[in-house]
Amino acid sequence: MGWVRNLQRELFTKGGVHPPSNKIAATMKIFPGPYPETVVIPLSQHIGAPCEPLVEIHDRVLIGQKIGDSEAYVSAPVHSSVSGEVTGIIEYHHPTGVEVLSVQILSDGMNEVHPSVEPLGDPMEMTPQEIRKHIRRGGIVGLGGATFPTHVKLAPPEDKQIELVIINGAECEPYLTGDHRMMVERGEDIIEGARVIQRAVGAERIVVAIERNKPDAISVMKEIGDEYGFEVAVLPARYPMGAEKTLIKGITGREVPSGGLPMDVGVLVDNVGTAAAIYDLFYEGMPLVDRVLTVAGDGVAGHANLRIKVGTLVRDVIDFCGGLVGEPGKVILGGPMMGLAQYSTSVPVIKGTSGIVVLRGETVWKREPGHFVCIRCVLCVRRCPMNLMPYLIGSYSDAGMWEELETLNINDCVECGCCAYKCPTKNPLVQLIKVGKEGMARQQKKMEELTEALDKE
Amino acid sequence: MPREKPGGKGSKGKDRKPELLHIGVSPHVRGRNTTTSIMGWVIVALLPLTAYSIYIGGLSTVVVILMSVTGAVVTEAAIQRMRHVKVSIGDLSAVVTGLLLALTLPPELPFWMPLAGGVVAIALGKQVFGGLGHNIFNPALVGRAVLFISYSKYMSTSWLTDPRALMVKTQAIESINAVTGATPLATMGHVREGELTIQASRYYGPLLFGNPWGCIGEVSAILIVVGLVVLLIKGLVDWRIPVGYVGTVMLLSWALGMDPLFAMLSGGLLLGACFMATDYVTNPMTPWGKLVFSVGCGCITVVLRFYSNLPEGVMFAILVMNGFTPLIDRYLRPRAFGHKGLVKQV
Repeated sequence: MGWVRNLQRELFTKGGVHPPSNKIAATMKIFPGPYPETVVIPLSQHIGAPCEPLVEIHDRVLIGQKIGDSEAYVSAPVHSSVSGEVTGIIEYHHPTGVEVLSVQILSDGMNEVHPSVEPLGDPMEMTPQEIRKHIRRGGIVGLGGATFPTHVKLAPPEDKQIELVIINGAECEPYLTGDHRMMVERGEDIIEGARVIQRAVGAERIVVAIERNKPDAISVMKEIGDEYGFEVAVLPARYPMGAEKTLIKGITGREVPSGGLPMDVGVLVDNVGTAAAIYDLFYEGMPLVDRVLTVAGDGVAGHANLRIKVGTLVRDVIDFCGGLVGEPGKVILGGPMMGLAQYSTSVPVIKGTSGIVVLRGETVWKREPGHFVCIRCVLCVRRCPMNLMPYLIGSYSDAGMWEELETLNINDCVECGCCAYKCPTKNPLVQLIKVGKEGMARQQKKMEELTEALDKE
Repeated sequence: MPREKPGGKGSKGKDRKPELLHIGVSPHVRGRNTTTSIMGWVIVALLPLTAYSIYIGGLSTVVVILMSVTGAVVTEAAIQRMRHVKVSIGDLSAVVTGLLLALTLPPELPFWMPLAGGVVAIALGKQVFGGLGHNIFNPALVGRAVLFISYSKYMSTSWLTDPRALMVKTQAIESINAVTGATPLATMGHVREGELTIQASRYYGPLLFGNPWGCIGEVSAILIVVGLVVLLIKGLVDWRIPVGYVGTVMLLSWALGMDPLFAMLSGGLLLGACFMATDYVTNPMTPWGKLVFSVGCGCITVVLRFYSNLPEGVMFAILVMNGFTPLIDRYLRPRAFGHKGLVKQV
């Protein structure tokens, strides 16, 4: 019982904020999403090398058919989420704001499944290598939002032993309830998926982490936990409890070293959605072609938890939920604390899209960043879960003092936004931090080139 | 626009495509606190104290407070106009400065003196450095220091000899004969050590509930602490500063043979520790830095109280430590997550 016993003592007491949770969709069942006429599936939906298209225009594709893959190790293939005809391989909007090579498919409405989609057999009989191979083929990436290819995560180097698998159901972002509903409705599937992860890395135990504000999910998971022999860690409802590093600190009391990975402290964290996707892959054979996301916010008519096919346009999802209400302010993919605001509703839903939050013009924070004004109220320092000094990073970044930023450990920042949320003068701290990280990297590169040039002389 | 029911008919997205969406970096929602709300809470925290001091001091106190606040606010607006920056008196920070300055002044002053203090506080204490957030020294204390040095006669003892003031103030305490200086603290130098501890307890009551000597803001220790509690509950100040400051003074005073409770209650210590040293702009940003700052304030206060001619060490102690703030901030940084060592040295 060692891990969870520590919980009472080690819970993270430093930093964090309490934004209004607005989890209105928490009681709504996961509903199948719209059947889109057209999907646009980006060939880069993960961290790592983008995929090469495997189909050509006018090919007929089926659900679960691989349409893009890459030779690179850190990459994940993409699959078609509908059956129909490829109508274009085009550069298209991507939620990150850039244009990415994407496969456009016109659905024929038949929902025909590709013959390769069939159960893979009992994963408990497989070797870790086989499991990883299947997971890569299934195109599974971290569904919490980071979209790191899961097979890479499941292959730690020889010298790192994973002791604990944390299944992250904290879901600390406001508005989002997809993970919550998954746990309530698909608890057993999540655990089956988690056991596959556990087998792949040879971990001793599994802990499911849930924030206190989801009592129904806690009771469901605890019940299943008694049966399967895993633990449920009940966390305080505090943003950013679900961030990987704070989560690990909260549960184990261990700090992931600066610049390190969870595996450095013997932990692996996967989202509940990822675990469920792994279940789907092994027991139904279906690669990652859809995901659960929450549609919420005061700018959209209906709130819902939907199972959306990857590549569905945000516009179609919003229409499915009754359309926009009021003057639209921001359309955010992900939660309001860390999500990406979109300039257009014709971006596709990708594997990492955990929610579509539409905020009205009057609700949303949209002030253009003005010049940096700091009254040194210390709230950002007190709220920073990484124990940094955001005001100082912000002012150095604003002044373009890139060299100073490294001494402030800017790269430890997880961009959770607690500092900017609390800032009374509404400084765009996260923006300044992002700019600062860029600027510092540029500066370091320049210095390296300079040293090289000097060495040559 | 009335909100539509989920799934209802009405405005479909297709009919009203969003023409212009806002983009921007996360977080897309912000907390409700603003500079104005923080300054507003500081004023709220000072209200009980201010109200009681007006009750005790009457009209002359009102004049001092009004003049000081007016001086501060008008100067802020005028200088900001001259600097061609946005006039930001709406954020109430100048009001707070003016009010804090008034609370450190004696109640009986010529009306122009608090006015001049307010002007100096904002002009020399704040705007010359670039306005809110950029000043090194606490503006209210800069104003007071200038008045104190320029008009020390008014600022320390003379008002006590004013019979009107005495009349009002003697109601709160009978043993007025014991008073020879501006504050009970000033009697310290004249009393031998043995007697001091015996006598000190006589002052507890008045110091807690209604102190007739000293400045406007020193009328009641209880109400200062009430204000501090308000700020602590709202999470606007760090407990380390008042606790560290007062704790250090009590400890050192006790070591030097003075009654620690008397040391805490007398003079401007509580007002300074709760409202002056905690000023956002001029104290360090890190937990350890705040502790060092407050202990430093405490040490300097005790040194000035025991070994100098000044009746009051709090003001200069805080101003001196204000000067050390950038240095403290530079050397005492919090240990970042995932790094080793208690304090990061740069």
